[in-house]
Amino acid sequence: MASEFAVELKDVVKRFITPEGNEMAAVDHVTMQIKNGEFFSMLGSSGCGKTTSLRMIAGFEWPTEGEVCIEGQAMGHTPPFQRKVNTVFQSYALFQHMTIFQNVAFGLEMEGVGESEIKERVGKALDMVQLTGMDRRKPRQLSGGQQQRVALARSLVKTPSVLLLDEPLGALDLKLRKEMQLELKALQQRLGITFIYVTHDQEEALTMSDRIAVMSKGKVQQLATPVEIYERPANKFVADFIGESNFLEGKLKSMSGNAAVVFVPLLNAEVTGLPMNKDLVNGSDVIVSIRPEKIRIVENQSGAGIFKAKVGTAVYIGSNTHLYLDLNGSRLKVMEQNRISSLDPNTFYVKDEEVLFTFPPENTLILKKD
Amino acid sequence: MNPHRRAPLVRLAAFLVYVFLYAPIIGLILYSFNASRTNVTFEGFITSFSENTQMDGSLVVSSPCGPFHWYCDLAKNDDVMAAAGNTLKIAIIATLISTIIGTMSAIALQRYDFKIKPFSQLALYIPIVIPEIVMGIGVLTLFSQLFTWANTAFNLSGDARLSMGIATVTISHIAFMVPFVTLVVQARLQGFDKSFEEAAMDLGANEWTTFRRVTLPMILPGVLSGGLLAFTLSLDDFVITFFTNGPGSTTLPIYVYGLLRRIITPQVNALSTVWILVVFLAVLALHILQNRESKERA
Repeated sequence: MASEFAVELKDVVKRFITPEGNEMAAVDHVTMQIKNGEFFSMLGSSGCGKTTSLRMIAGFEWPTEGEVCIEGQAMGHTPPFQRKVNTVFQSYALFQHMTIFQNVAFGLEMEGVGESEIKERVGKALDMVQLTGMDRRKPRQLSGGQQQRVALARSLVKTPSVLLLDEPLGALDLKLRKEMQLELKALQQRLGITFIYVTHDQEEALTMSDRIAVMSKGKVQQLATPVEIYERPANKFVADFIGESNFLEGKLKSMSGNAAVVFVPLLNAEVTGLPMNKDLVNGSDVIVSIRPEKIRIVENQSGAGIFKAKVGTAVYIGSNTHLYLDLNGSRLKVMEQNRISSLDPNTFYVKDEEVLFTFPPENTLILKKD
Repeated sequence: MNPHRRAPLVRLAAFLVYVFLYAPIIGLILYSFNASRTNVTFEGFITSFSENTQMDGSLVVSSPCGPFHWYCDLAKNDDVMAAAGNTLKIAIIATLISTIIGTMSAIALQRYDFKIKPFSQLALYIPIVIPEIVMGIGVLTLFSQLFTWANTAFNLSGDARLSMGIATVTISHIAFMVPFVTLVVQARLQGFDKSFEEAAMDLGANEWTTFRRVTLPMILPGVLSGGLLAFTLSLDDFVITFFTNGPGSTTLPIYVYGLLRRIITPQVNALSTVWILVVFLAVLALHILQNRESKERA
């Protein structure tokens, strides 16, 4: 292959004119390199620029500035029908007036593939998505999940080098969605095609992706593997958007390599953690970020790093208990696994009960305050 | 049971509405079988058949076609046949052209944003709302001025001289039918998801193939009903045709109007009956199409 990257976005900007006549950057200087054979996700809430970025790769929109490259080639104003990428649409966009066979065959027909080869390849594509024998039906006659598979087969039959997926599972119910997530991932690994997947569902992104670009306000907030994004968020936005985090404000006391010491007024103590930004300045305001499941409730311990709080609310949700600790008026969420099966009332937390908790430095992240 | 259904006044009102709507039409059809030539009063049906038409005063006693005497009479009337031919010719050509233009403008208005778009949209309604007579006078003035100028400027004479005729009627019909087609097709396009077209292009179809294979088949019911609407409008247009026709381009409405000024024979009724039938079939087709369309959308 010509390039190590399947798709590259080089400092891409896309500006729109709003109905009020203002200029708005839907995509604001985005640079991404998507590797060959990678399952890549763009994650963010609506309006973050993820769909616009995808549409620029597909060729439905052209960048205002910057360049989109596919397999190392600058795309410029190349129309969609001349790009070696295919899209699975959120609405599936199946042609209602055509049968399933005709839908899947459409792309091959456009390439001028012979009739017998079309038959063979469409049959294989439908087998692949487990829709054998459905070829004579109309899209309307299929369930949502089946339509989704047809849309997938229609794109994959063209053997694109990159498959673009725009929230393809958004219209399915939760159970089917989870099934399809695993199926999509397995399919991607089997075919070895680059998948670029747009979603607002963090769990979906974490489940399937090799790498994720977390986007907000047209910018990439962090581009990393799922583990890095969850465990080492680049900033407060990512820490907040992916999973849950407790944020405590503090002042940076000192920093040495992989350890930062922060004074947290709420705890009236110094806390040590991992600095997420290299350019933190001593004395500056910072944020201490701790995941709820990384806080441990301890008993009969004292010393540095052990803090006291009152139980505000305890919510039993089966596998876990969510504890909301009252920390001088601020709330701190703690998630505890219910490892022991018991009905004994003494094992449950009660309101206003005093508890001790701790969080080790390796689970404590020090973020820049924005 | 719906309580309103039982209200006798509501039933009566509904009944009266239908009487007002259909009594004239039923009367008109009935009189097309009238034995009386003068057609002032209904003198009964023509009941007997004979080789030649036999008259008793103004009453037709027997005819080769029996009760359908006036229909046969009509068929033998060359002027009527010529007028019917003109009407159909104009309606078909004008429908084809206005459907194409109307569909294209509907798509353009849906797809593109341009500075004068609000104006173009508004301008579409104007031919629909302004009195037809104003439009008739307008096109008459336009054509006569244009033709006078062209005839002198290019020194045209004899057959080459430009004058009112089938062409001017057809062009005027196209002009007033385009907005109707555009509005009907626009309604169909309203819910049209552009991702269908994007999907087609994504799969390798260029703009023209996308239109032919995806867009057009999907909006076809709207295009057809727009076309049928235009067709019925053209068939029975009187005012605009009146101002723009010329020798040899008499259409049925113009011809009937001419007949009425002389004498109302049952032939006019027979002609009207056939005509009602044609328009009724067109409206029925339109209805079926729109029904199917709404079912498809549901």
